[in-house]
Amino acid sequence: MFVSYKWLQDYVDLSGINATELADKITKSGIEVEGVEKKSEGLKGVVIGHVLEREQHPNADKLNKCLVDIGAENPVQIICGAPNVDKGQKVAVATVGAVLPGNFKIKKAKLRGEESHGMICSLQELGFESKLVSKDYATGIFVFPNDTEVGKDALEELGLSDEVLELGLTPNRSDALSMLGVAYEVGAILGREVKWPVIENEEAAEKASDYISVKVEAKADNPLYIAKIIKDVKVGPSPLWMQTRLMSAGIRPHNNVVDITNYILLEYGQPLHAFDYDRFGSKEIVIRRAKDAEKIVTLDEAERTLTPEHLVITNGNEPVAIAGVMGGANSEVKNDTTNIIIESAYFAGTVVRKASKDHGLRSEASARFEKGVDPARVREAGERAAQLIAQYAGGTILQGTAEVDELTMEPAVISITLEKINTLLGTGMTVSEVESIFKRLQFGVELDNETFTITVPTRRGDITIEADLVEEAARLYGYDNIPATLPIGSATPGQLTDYQIKRRKARRTLEGAGLYQAVTYSLTSQEKAAQFALETRESIRLAMPMSEERSQLRLSIVPQLLEVVKYNNARQLDSLALYEIGSVFFKQDGQELPEEKEHIAGAITGLWESHLWQGEKKPVDFYVAKGVIEALFDTLGLADQISYRQAEINDMHPGRTAEVLLNSEVIGFIGQVHPTVQKDLDIKETYIFELSLKALAEAEVAPIAYETIPRYPSTTRDIALVVDKATKAGDIQSIIIEAGGKLLKEVGIFDLYEGERMEQGKKSIAYSLKYFDPERTLTDEDITKAHDNVLAAVKEKAGAELRG
Amino acid sequence: MMQERLLELQEEALQKVAAASELKELNEVRVSYLGKKGPITEVLRGMGKLSAEERPKIGALANDVREAIASKIEEKQKALETAAVNAKLATETIDVTLPGRPVNKGNLHPLTRVVEEIEDLFIGMGYTVAEGPEVESDYYNFEALNLPKSHPARDMQDSFYITDEILMRTHTSPVQARTMEKHKGQGPVKIICPGKVYRRDNDDATHSHQFQQIEGLVIDENISMSDLKGTLDVFAKKVFGQDREIRLRPSFFPFTEPSVEVDISCKICGGKGCSVCKQTGWIEVLGGGIVHPNVLEMAGFDSKKYSGFAFGIGVERIAMLKYGVDDIRHFYTNDVRFLKQFHHHEA
Repeated sequence: MFVSYKWLQDYVDLSGINATELADKITKSGIEVEGVEKKSEGLKGVVIGHVLEREQHPNADKLNKCLVDIGAENPVQIICGAPNVDKGQKVAVATVGAVLPGNFKIKKAKLRGEESHGMICSLQELGFESKLVSKDYATGIFVFPNDTEVGKDALEELGLSDEVLELGLTPNRSDALSMLGVAYEVGAILGREVKWPVIENEEAAEKASDYISVKVEAKADNPLYIAKIIKDVKVGPSPLWMQTRLMSAGIRPHNNVVDITNYILLEYGQPLHAFDYDRFGSKEIVIRRAKDAEKIVTLDEAERTLTPEHLVITNGNEPVAIAGVMGGANSEVKNDTTNIIIESAYFAGTVVRKASKDHGLRSEASARFEKGVDPARVREAGERAAQLIAQYAGGTILQGTAEVDELTMEPAVISITLEKINTLLGTGMTVSEVESIFKRLQFGVELDNETFTITVPTRRGDITIEADLVEEAARLYGYDNIPATLPIGSATPGQLTDYQIKRRKARRTLEGAGLYQAVTYSLTSQEKAAQFALETRESIRLAMPMSEERSQLRLSIVPQLLEVVKYNNARQLDSLALYEIGSVFFKQDGQELPEEKEHIAGAITGLWESHLWQGEKKPVDFYVAKGVIEALFDTLGLADQISYRQAEINDMHPGRTAEVLLNSEVIGFIGQVHPTVQKDLDIKETYIFELSLKALAEAEVAPIAYETIPRYPSTTRDIALVVDKATKAGDIQSIIIEAGGKLLKEVGIFDLYEGERMEQGKKSIAYSLKYFDPERTLTDEDITKAHDNVLAAVKEKAGAELRG
Repeated sequence: MMQERLLELQEEALQKVAAASELKELNEVRVSYLGKKGPITEVLRGMGKLSAEERPKIGALANDVREAIASKIEEKQKALETAAVNAKLATETIDVTLPGRPVNKGNLHPLTRVVEEIEDLFIGMGYTVAEGPEVESDYYNFEALNLPKSHPARDMQDSFYITDEILMRTHTSPVQARTMEKHKGQGPVKIICPGKVYRRDNDDATHSHQFQQIEGLVIDENISMSDLKGTLDVFAKKVFGQDREIRLRPSFFPFTEPSVEVDISCKICGGKGCSVCKQTGWIEVLGGGIVHPNVLEMAGFDSKKYSGFAFGIGVERIAMLKYGVDDIRHFYTNDVRFLKQFHHHEA
């Protein structure tokens, strides 16, 4: 909402307070003033001129040579290119030395051999947006009314020296979508009266109801409809002051009748519509829901198809307007219109909202109906329009109205105690302070002891409950005056849940291992949504995505991390270690909401360790990545419950990928991205993992129980086993652990040899086995017995031979 | 005569000890003077010729001489050994200014860093951390928060719907609604709700279709606007510095009444006005208010007995202000040169 500082003074006394101060006070009391603009700032030297002579420029077809009286001693010659300039016009002249928007300075010039002492201006050249300029002057200079005084400041005449406050209104404050509404707000802030326009209409003996009847079939949508008839109007331009006020509020002037309806919209917040009575097509107005597939051509010449969800004004036969949204072309007020119907009505917000949304027609009118107009102003707004039309377009106002009025207006009555206000705000306001606030708001106040009974005017439809009154009290009392305290009450233990602690531990572990946390988008493309997904399940698509790239909810995090790798690789950042913790989303049969699972994923590429001046360089490989997740499992106390199984997963390297199992359930995978995929993405060799954090965090973990530090020495035996290349080290290890019995406490691998000296298809793995007994020193026999068991078991179960 | 000879030997031996420059040389001195075939032993062999009175004197002198020599040898030996070690260590000198072997370490994403900091602050004040789904029902995302289907305020947050009834949550407020419901009308409730949220915005320097919020909710008897103000003051000082002030301005949210926007004093200009704060001296950081009675009642709380406050913070906004990040897209691009900047603890 744009509010002209000058115009506002018609309704509330602003003496002693300038526009900037006013803006600050309004902001502090609850409506944010987003800016104060004075369009004439920095402009000068533009005066009203009178074109005394105009002739064709001798050397240029499209230029005019004009002699213009600018109120100076002598008229000046100005060359003007506007097609509509003519003798006798009053125009805006930027004189020599003038400054126009964009710091454009006007100098004496010679145009095709003819001197030009200034410039005749269009409104655009004076800083008006093209969309605000009346269509009559859209491509030429602006012509002032004939009685405009020559030599006067044209910027002043155009209202450009006015200051305009831009209010950022929250949806609840639609009461401030009118000058009167803003006047009430300012009046409450300043403690000043609100002055209403005085309406004294002279009406003819002829009755409006003899010219038209009103029938409402959809009374819930339209409980109040008032039609006034004005005869013998003369359509023409509206007065300049009205045009400039409309433009300052962001509305383009058309003609006096239309401008007046818009002026009332701004003044009262009540949208009106004017129909051409003679083109209306009947003598009855019927308001009803549209029929299915019914059509109307609206003022913008577009044919629109209606549905029964839309409310229409009809002539009993066909629609002449979409209620509250836009009028029809068939009954439009045109230059030759003489008799008009003024519609002032209350339309329900929902039905207007539906139509404006369906037809993509958001207008000043629809916005106000959607948010709810003040029912108390509907009648008066119609009368005010009639007054202004009679005044500025001539014509005769017919007596009375044709109307349907079934609107019940019950102002809200709310009781509240002083204590309630002070308790909710933490303040110590007195009865008289609170009373004064409600009185300044011009609410009805009855006071009984310390209980206020407040009657809320219908213009403040946003106030319906106690809390709303508390807010009114708070904002006018001033939030700066509210003290700062901390809640006192029963103490509550502040703590993270077990799950949240584990998530943080996971973060710490991965960071400790050298990974940086990334955060990527949950929305992705159809193609990427299911790539690398741990579970083959259906993904979820947005009903109306903004782009295909962000149309689908992800089933896995890895594709997003690979995008991050790609981004960084493209910037010569080759060594990367990243992880992300985030939700993935699976469609659930029979459930509305998807299943959301938190996953933890990582991507590692480039060099893992490098200390170049010492000649150390270790590229990332499978075992680097595996070490990272092993550390994670260890932190979470799950090392014993995790195992790995060679696996083939789409888009993963077929030989370098493993499923990760928690007990016997697959909860993730780890491995190298398939080289083809790496090539497609243009990324280097990259190892990834994705695990279900949910599964990890929810797994049962054994409590920590102290184990005696051994007092007796342990004995270590090393064995090198020759096995088939395909045999898995992990399998042999399991065999060793099982066969070693309770004396075998630790098994480690210290060497792997697959070189030339091995027999074809064989490899050698060297294990180190540590035996001890916490109760005694082991004898050689004890160890040999256990160790022989191990050797026999690996030979039998894995065909392993001791390496000679 | 023997006495002189002994003193002469002592003198001679000590000179040789002093002159010895190597352990080997020193050992030769030891063997030649203190050994069984050495001159002192030889002198002592002639003691038989001495009188009974002189014998003990010479014997004592001989012992003194031996001890004197032995002690000097030992002294010298230590000195030589130390010198030898030092000489060896001198050859081992390294350049201590060469860089150390890097230890791999990563760090939190700046958004998580801010979230954890705020979580910890509120945990310290007795809050728990509540979380909920990112895909929500229209009911929890809007209706339970006093935003019925036809409510005009729904325009304020254009949403990613999946069906007519479910959508990507547009704020973390549904977690508040769900938590309140679980409490079955019993206070106190003290939670903060961090999480990702989604809105139909085109990504640019200041907008992101996905971002993070932290909301807070306290419901108890006699909770007031001043409690909200005090709580947010603690928050602002912890997150932005002890010298920051806060300011409440009236605002509107459907789920709170009264509602406020909260500004903090500008760090750059100290409140005088600069380009960062658009000359106002204040920067808007969050919104909040007193929980709307409809929201309490819908979740089963008696609004006559209980009151509450709620607030919502945009995590990206906080991180941008705190660290001076100028483009919200940095948080989601994950350029490692960006990510690596958020590693050390700030005082």
